[in-house]
Amino acid sequence: MHSPAPWDSAQAQQLVQRELARARAFLGDDGPDATALLPILHALQRAYGFISSDAITLVAQVLNLSKAEVKGVVSFYKDFRTSPPGRHVVALCRAEACQARGSETLAEHLAQAHGLTPGSTKDGVTLETTYCLGNCTLGPTALVDETKLLGRLDAPAVDRLVRGLKGA
Amino acid sequence: MKVFLPKDAAALSVGADEVAQALRAHAPALELVRTGSRGLLWLEPLLEVELDGARYGFGPLRPQDVTTLFEGAEVDLKHPAALGRMDALPWLTKQRRLTFERVGVIDPLSWLDHEATGGFSGWAAAKALSPEAIVAQVTASGLRGRGGAGFPAGVKWKTVREAPGARKYVVCNADEGDSGTFADRMVLEGDPLLLLEGMRICARAVGASLGFVYVRSEYPHAVDTLTQAIALCRKQGFLGDGFDVEVRVGAGAYVCGEETSLLESLEGKRGQVRPKPPLPAHHGLFGKPTVVNNVLTLAAVPWILKHGGEAYAALGVGRSKGTLPLQLAGNVKRGGLFELPLGLTLRELVEDWGGGTASGRPVRAVQVGGPLGAYFPQALLDTPLDYEALAAKGGILGHGGVVVFDDTVDLARQARFAFEFCAKESCGKCTPCRIGSTRGVEVLDKVARGEAREQNLQLVKDLCTVLTDASLCALGGLTPLPVLSALEHFSEDFHT
Repeated sequence: MHSPAPWDSAQAQQLVQRELARARAFLGDDGPDATALLPILHALQRAYGFISSDAITLVAQVLNLSKAEVKGVVSFYKDFRTSPPGRHVVALCRAEACQARGSETLAEHLAQAHGLTPGSTKDGVTLETTYCLGNCTLGPTALVDETKLLGRLDAPAVDRLVRGLKGA
Repeated sequence: MKVFLPKDAAALSVGADEVAQALRAHAPALELVRTGSRGLLWLEPLLEVELDGARYGFGPLRPQDVTTLFEGAEVDLKHPAALGRMDALPWLTKQRRLTFERVGVIDPLSWLDHEATGGFSGWAAAKALSPEAIVAQVTASGLRGRGGAGFPAGVKWKTVREAPGARKYVVCNADEGDSGTFADRMVLEGDPLLLLEGMRICARAVGASLGFVYVRSEYPHAVDTLTQAIALCRKQGFLGDGFDVEVRVGAGAYVCGEETSLLESLEGKRGQVRPKPPLPAHHGLFGKPTVVNNVLTLAAVPWILKHGGEAYAALGVGRSKGTLPLQLAGNVKRGGLFELPLGLTLRELVEDWGGGTASGRPVRAVQVGGPLGAYFPQALLDTPLDYEALAAKGGILGHGGVVVFDDTVDLARQARFAFEFCAKESCGKCTPCRIGSTRGVEVLDKVARGEAREQNLQLVKDLCTVLTDASLCALGGLTPLPVLSALEHFSEDFHT
């Protein structure tokens, strides 16, 4: 699912300008350009898979912010990565409602059977921890590649998932 | 024949799309309508078949059930998954669905279906009223902020309305981060036009011309449906003419559900909490007067305008007026969303509605109000679910999420998790939350190892006092609730 493009500064510039123009068109003269920062970072991560130092330099320049300010925002939000993830990302919910339904056992299983601990990548699959995907009655729950939501997970379902993603 | 199948994320997580595929392959003549979810989540994927104007339910349905359910042009009403008529299902008939009236019933992106089921009548009523009169209706309804704080919506609106300034904003908080809650998501996916109607009414009442909906990134399906709904409203001229709304997607920070942190995030900054005062109502987004209301608060407004504030206030108990979409989750047999007048007891919800645990083991603890809510033991399950009654027992109602645990739960571990979660999600602005949460984890680890247990448990209590009294916002300020309730009601878990 993840097929990030290699960095292309001209294309990235266009992408940043497009998000900025959208924010300006909506807000008129109201807000500072920095209000477009999150939409810009999301767009860059979607395109390139992570927020590189090239991306931070570019965004700082366009929004007239310091690189430190942009870095500060990137580091504050868990979603933004500063290194490339695997080909697939599995975000496993570890919040209370999923805990009550066995998410912790599942996390242990992922570590033992697949060598996947939170934040690690193996055979192209990255495991992340998330707190709540809003599927609290049908957990344990995971979100795959930011699009596919899976509920009622158990060890066999997770085995099938990981095997399938490794081969894809 | 017309059939209805949810496209709600919860239904998708257990195979609704696979059922849809099977339907298209096996019964291509059926007219398939994708809806939100009725909230009876243990029955998902729940297919509804329309026969002579009535809908019959089937669920939980597997893709392979489709071939036995439909024989040619006939549907087997005696199929093992058959639930009978939807309008006779007690789980629906016993609810009082005001906000969720249309959720799970219609295609959320059909303008015509929305209008045909009474949509936009709240806006029609609001248009005929002066802005002051709209605020008066909301005040009379007794509606309180459904995000968690329970602040009277009418008071907030009046403050923004009377605040000086040519530019004002309506911000909808859809950063529903509490575990065990999914009502906002279900509105965004099941009836986004209702929310946009509520925002438009609010904008007219307070004099705002722009609005934002801040949705968490963990809700990709909700973002998608809401974005399409806004585009539809612009096409129909409901938005873009004097008032417009944009979706903003969060980036995985729980604390951005706190209103000032959310505003910082909208401005493109780290989501750090602002000290209050000044209130967002006076000094909000870009320093302008801003209403920040939760999805459920704004989505309750069209009904209030259509039926009048008094009609809404007639529901509920004491100062907890109206209905509350309760979300029953975790280890529970029948989990889902039930919209009910405020005042039901926790036991009625967990035992009668929920049917006990999914594991079949005894209920040991119930956490009410998300990760910052208290754990209730069996002995306190007769507490009514209203703002005041829960507060009297050391808890909060929060966003209406209720998470059930069976007797395998270790409350010492849950208390540790509360501190750990606070440490991970702290915005870092205030010391009690940033440092205190980490110290809390360390001290509870000592307790678990049996090091100076009594002294360290006292230290945890002292630390909780500091967090409660000196944190800037509810994240640090309420983390003591799960910790102290675990200590108080489940002290045996800390002594093994």
